[in-house]
Amino acid sequence: MDENMAAGGEPVVEVRKLTRKFRRKVALDEVSFEVPRGSVFGLVGENGAGKTTLVKHLLGVLKAQSGDVRVFGKDPVDDPVGVLSQIGYLSEDRDLPGWMRVGQLMRYTQAFYPDWDEAYAEHLRKRFELPLDARIKHLSRGEKAKAGLLVAIAYRPAMLLLDEPSSGLDAGARRDILGAIIRTVADEGRTVFFSSHLLEEVERVADIVCMLHEGKVVFCGPLAEIKARHRRVVLRFDTPQETPPAIPGVLHCEGQGREWAFVCDRPIQEFAEEVARHNATIVDDEEPSLERLFLARVGHKDL
Amino acid sequence: MDIKLTQGDGVPIYQQIINQIKYLIAAGRLSPDDELPPVRVLAQRLLINPNTVVRAYRELETQGLIYKRRGAGTFVAKAVSPLARREQKRILRERADALLVEARHLKFTLDDVLDVVRERDQVLREERGEIGNDG
Repeated sequence: MDENMAAGGEPVVEVRKLTRKFRRKVALDEVSFEVPRGSVFGLVGENGAGKTTLVKHLLGVLKAQSGDVRVFGKDPVDDPVGVLSQIGYLSEDRDLPGWMRVGQLMRYTQAFYPDWDEAYAEHLRKRFELPLDARIKHLSRGEKAKAGLLVAIAYRPAMLLLDEPSSGLDAGARRDILGAIIRTVADEGRTVFFSSHLLEEVERVADIVCMLHEGKVVFCGPLAEIKARHRRVVLRFDTPQETPPAIPGVLHCEGQGREWAFVCDRPIQEFAEEVARHNATIVDDEEPSLERLFLARVGHKDL
Repeated sequence: MDIKLTQGDGVPIYQQIINQIKYLIAAGRLSPDDELPPVRVLAQRLLINPNTVVRAYRELETQGLIYKRRGAGTFVAKAVSPLARREQKRILRERADALLVEARHLKFTLDDVLDVVRERDQVLREERGEIGNDG
C-alpha cells in the first residue's frame, strides 16, 4: 500500500461531462470525476440517483450519449475485453447461474481469467464457508453475495467494482465485503470503486466520495477534505427563536426554542463571527457524519 | 490493543484511533517498545481504510508517542515525553469533570467529594498493604 492517498499517475477511471437521458428523464447530467489508482472511491446517492446507470457506463453496457468515459485509458464500449478483464464486478442482484454448484462456478469463472489464483479462491471459499457442492440457487442471500465476491476477486483484478454490494445483507456478509475492499486496496496499487447508500460503510472505507443526486454530482473529492470543510454547530440563543435566523453558508438547520443545530460549509471562525451578531453562542461544534452531510445537502427535513 | 470505534457525528475515525492509543499508553496498557499492529492488520480488524490508520500513526509519530523502525514495524516510544504527561493530565481532568458533574447532580459539595476521594484512597492503600508498611 502506498502511504499517500493517491499514488499518482493516470487515473483508473475518467468520466467527463457524461450525460444520459432515458426518454425525457435525465439519469446523468454532465457527470465528471476521476478515480486515482490505488484509491477507494465511494459513489453515494439515493435509489434512483443514477448510480447504477453510471456503473453500467463503466462496464460498457451503456454507451455515452454525450461526454466521455475512460477506464484504464480505454473506452469500455470499444474495448470491452481490455476493460472487463481488469475489473472484478459484483452487482446488487449478483446474477449468478442458479443451477451451478459452488465448485462449478469457480471452475467456470477460472476459465475466463488467466490470472485466476486457485489457492486464493480456495482460501476465500473456506473463509466464506461455502460448500463446494451447494447449488447457487439454494444459497442464502448472504452466501450468494459471498460467492459473487469470491469470483470477483479471485483473479486479483486491478479494479474491484461493486454496485450496492451490501444491499440487503446481514452484518456478517457486510463485514466480509468491507474486508475484501480493504484487502484489495491494501494490496499494492489496486483500486476499488463501489456504490452504496449505506453511508456509514462509505465513511469507513472510502478515500474519495462522489455524491449523486438526481443525476448530478453534488460533491466529489477526498472524504477527509469534504468532512473538514463542513461543521455541525449547535447554537444557544439568548431568547427563544420562532424560526432560525438566516445565516449564510448554512445547509441545514433543526431545533426549537433557544437551541438550534446548523450544518454549514464554511470555516468555523467565519461562522462564529456571524453568530455573534445574532445574540447566540456556540455550545457544540463537531464534524458531521457523511450521512448528516448527505441529508443536509439533499434537503431532507428529518434525521 | 483494544480499539473501539463509534460512528456518527463527532470525532473523526483517525482521531478516535489517536485518542485511544494515547489513552492505552497513558494507562500503561501499552508499554514502551510494544509493537503496534501493522497498518493493514488494524485496517482489516477495524474495517476502515488503511490510509486512516496511516494518518493516525503518522500523527502519533509526529507527537513522539510512537516510532517506526524500517522493515520492522511501529512501536511505542520509550521516554514518557512531556506530551505524554500532558495527555495523562488531560485524562485525569476528564475523569475529574465527570465526577464533579455527577456530584453536583447528586447535591454533594466539593468538600464532600474531596472527603470521599481521601476515604477511597485510604481504602485502596490499605488493600495494597501500604498503610501497614508505613506504621
